Amino acid sequence: MINSMTILSAQYIASDEINTAVKATIDGQIMFVPLDPANRHYAEILRQVDAGTLTIAAAD
Amino acid sequence: MTRARTNANVSPAVGRNLVINGAMNVAARNASVAGIGASSGYFTCDRWRIDTSASAGRLTMSQTADGPNGISANCIKLDCTTADTSIAAGENMTIQHRFEGQNIQRIGSGVAGAKQITLSFYVKASAAFTFGAELFNGDNNRQITKLFDTTTDWVRHEITFPADVDDGSSPFVDDNTVALFLVFHLHAGSTFTSGTLNTAAFADTTNANRAAGIDSFYSNTANNFFLTGVQMEVGPVATEFEQEDISVTENKCMRYYEKQSADNGEYIAVGYNESTGNGRGIIPFKVRKRAAPTMTDSGTHFAALSTGSTGDAADVTFDAATLDNARWILTNSNTTLVDGGASLLVSKVDGAFVQADAEL
Repeated sequence: MINSMTILSAQYIASDEINTAVKATIDGQIMFVPLDPANRHYAEILRQVDAGTLTIAAAD
Repeated sequence: MTRARTNANVSPAVGRNLVINGAMNVAARNASVAGIGASSGYFTCDRWRIDTSASAGRLTMSQTADGPNGISANCIKLDCTTADTSIAAGENMTIQHRFEGQNIQRIGSGVAGAKQITLSFYVKASAAFTFGAELFNGDNNRQITKLFDTTTDWVRHEITFPADVDDGSSPFVDDNTVALFLVFHLHAGSTFTSGTLNTAAFADTTNANRAAGIDSFYSNTANNFFLTGVQMEVGPVATEFEQEDISVTENKCMRYYEKQSADNGEYIAVGYNESTGNGRGIIPFKVRKRAAPTMTDSGTHFAALSTGSTGDAADVTFDAATLDNARWILTNSNTTLVDGGASLLVSKVDGAFVQADAEL
């Protein structure tokens, strides 16, 4: 029952130099994902990062 | 009424239906979406998810005004638009409803005193099919599936699932994450069908036993499937489908998804201008969210508006979200905003929207 998602890019967004969200293209749509493990998009980002299939770029 | 009393010791008279939007009356995202099948997600009726894997089949999902009289005016309609008769092992397509652990503690599953669960729903289809209704305990990887048949007329199915004590020490986790899945299996490959259907009692999950014996919704482009009046309650009896005021259903749904729309010239949020080029502020949510939500918008449709000037439409960035609001930033391509002044987030097109998604 894993939420399968296609995540093509991911980059942190920072506020006052603290990461506050991830901007990612998920299933073709630009999304702003909060850093909440209970959020299903963030959970999937973390799963793909752990699997080595996704890297979150640093904030600009 | 007699049936309602039968379950009175375990299921409240009001609020007994654990399913949210079982009448399919709320479809905040869209009324209809075509071409579904490549990826899973929530498309039309709130809280109802299409979960799919690897199939070439495609469908249109709609909220349709064709519900059974006296139960609901609305239903979900699935219309097969691309058939898939060469079913690979790992394929599946299901409709799902996912439950937070803290909302289903009354079932008492996984410990002594666990209760039965009765599922009831109205279904019809373009022909006679056999599909599966599964309860999948995601916290403990246990499941049970019962088959049901369709006809071309509305039929109410009432299915009672046995209590699951499991090892006596594995309750649903009492938190805001998904603990239980209600799954309607409509298409599956041998990974899910090659075993013997696990139908008598909850058991540790063997994928091959989850959907054995079902037909395929994707067998023909003439296939349609309709579902509404879904109710899941504690106890051994299916009571009358619980009717609910639309405002109550909408508020329940907004814990998981909220969409705020604006036509050309309408405001959607307030804030301030942190420079002559940037506006920022918050969008308060109408209902507190289950978790911090994912934020998206309809595109380059919004501008910051301050005294005497309006910026060009630009992409909104949501740099943070909480259970109660999301922070927005808009960087205009011109620099005509009043630095330090109030800022309004204004739509530059009809049908623009911002959405907060905290679904399971």
